[in-house]
Amino acid sequence: MAEKLISIDGVAKRFPGAGGETTVFEDLWLRIDRGEFVCVIGHSGCGKTTLLNILAGLDSPSEGAILVGGKEIQGPSLDRAVIFQGHALLPWLTVLGNVAYAVSSRWRSAPRSEVEARARKAIATVGLAGAEGKRPSELSGGMKQRVGIARALAIEPTIMLMDEPFSALDALTRGTLQEEARRICRETGQTVYMITHDVDEAIYLADRIVLMTNGPRARIAEVVVNPLPADRRQGQIHHDPHYYAVRNHLIDFLVSRSVILRDTPPPDYDQRNPPVIRLDGRTPVAHAA
Amino acid sequence: MTLSLRMRGAIVSLLLLGAFLGAWHLAVGGVSATQVMDPEYAKLMGITATQGKSAMPGPLDVGRTILTHLADPFYVKGANDKGIGIQLIYSIGRVMVGYILAVLVAIPVGFVIGMSPVMNRALDPFIQILKPVSPLAWMPLALYTIKDSGISSIFVIFICSLWPMMINTAFGVAGVRKEWLNVALTLEVGTLRRAFTIILPAAAPTILTGMRISIGIAWLVIVAAEMLVGGTGIGYFVWNEWNNLSITNVITSILVIGVVGMLLDQILAWCQHLVTFPE
Ligand SMILES: Nc1ncnc2c1ncn2[C@@H]1O[C@H](COP(=O)(O)OP(=O)(O)O)[C@@H](O)[C@H]1O
Ligand SMILES: [Mg+2]
Repeated sequence: MAEKLISIDGVAKRFPGAGGETTVFEDLWLRIDRGEFVCVIGHSGCGKTTLLNILAGLDSPSEGAILVGGKEIQGPSLDRAVIFQGHALLPWLTVLGNVAYAVSSRWRSAPRSEVEARARKAIATVGLAGAEGKRPSELSGGMKQRVGIARALAIEPTIMLMDEPFSALDALTRGTLQEEARRICRETGQTVYMITHDVDEAIYLADRIVLMTNGPRARIAEVVVNPLPADRRQGQIHHDPHYYAVRNHLIDFLVSRSVILRDTPPPDYDQRNPPVIRLDGRTPVAHAA
Repeated sequence: MTLSLRMRGAIVSLLLLGAFLGAWHLAVGGVSATQVMDPEYAKLMGITATQGKSAMPGPLDVGRTILTHLADPFYVKGANDKGIGIQLIYSIGRVMVGYILAVLVAIPVGFVIGMSPVMNRALDPFIQILKPVSPLAWMPLALYTIKDSGISSIFVIFICSLWPMMINTAFGVAGVRKEWLNVALTLEVGTLRRAFTIILPAAAPTILTGMRISIGIAWLVIVAAEMLVGGTGIGYFVWNEWNNLSITNVITSILVIGVVGMLLDQILAWCQHLVTFPE
């Protein structure tokens, strides 16, 4: 039995607006196991980033709580690394400087040599050895994102929070980085919450795919368990017999059901236990019209 | 015909300078009709009236004066007769002291204003009222309280350097990108370390812009302040030479003030270049 690591318990987020409060989401429940890779899919503005910010401790929920390892999140923590949507590298530092900044924040009293060694190792892990002395402005989009990943990895977090980390990249670079991200996360046993727009990315990377309805008052409509085998390979997933079932399900959701399920949830819908969808051909799936 | 832009610019600059010097030379060297007059009266009237030569020195006179000043810039021949180099050192010294004191006050205060919305609102009315006051308006108050003309000039430099640096620092600090601050937050970086490792480098180009504006204003103000309080300094030198009716020295001083001002600005431009990062 997998060990529960993150538990999102009845979380709501409301922002004060011009015409009263807007509720991005409320009464949101989700649990994520240790070592699990969870992708979140939903239309823009449904609150994926808002939830990520709360998980990161950069924002706090209006109601409810998020527990990590049984303890309520009280703010940002070095155990939860964030890979930001816009890479967020510090432009006045080199690649090495950026990663070393994170390392020296984690190990405050570590000697310089150790900080540098750890930073170099993380940079090598993402395949950027040799580019340590470059500034972010001299790097391509894909390389910047790699530095972002190296910076997150270098602090040896238990949880990685990624906000559309590859969305700004070309298809080829994205494929390579997805492959590396998956390898690294599996090797280091990361627990991952990743936001994506890309259905194939979710199918390749995720163990479970969380589908969020449109906002405001977004809900977790369903949680899709990825039926693809663990040894799946990037660029080959479309040969898997279950691939099209998953893909069609996700696309149907994004095209039409993301609105329907917000406004008229199924009669037996339970916020605390959103329907779990298995598309492995053994469990029949009831599709909403 | 493929001279670089830089070369073409330099050639036009030289041509303009030549045209200006030529026109100046012709304008002051022109001989107008002289009146026949009583020799005693002519002595009183001086060379202008008797030889038709203008009292305005020509470029060659100024050139000669500059050479004599360059040959011996640091002479001291009494309280009211010191070399232009010594006067410059007095002025630059006052500007430096006042300016550095202003840096020490403006940057920390600017940080506080930029980081705290409450302090921003609390200090805003004071800054808005004090900023437009001509720095020279502080002079009587400074003289009355400090009772020393040199220190009063330093105080005036301090006051006039303060505002651009403070406002730019606050602006730069408040405008640091949220994502960089979030990086520091997720790494659990403390407030002080965050101020030095994220906010300072991120705001540095804006802060340096303020420092550059300030040094320019300080150099403008020191001349006026020294004219007012007298004693020493390049401002006093200009005024003294005017009283001596030595227009050649006045023109020389104008040139020297311009060159020093340019150098001060270039030094800060270079510092600004050092802290600017490409994105
Ligand atoms: N600081 C904020 N103040 C007010 N509204 C916000 C704020 N941040 C996000 N929102 C709103 O919350 C909703 C969800 O935003 P976000 O989480 O960024 O969506 P997503 O990442 O899913 O595209 C949007 O409607 C957005 O306008
Ligand atoms: Mg988002």
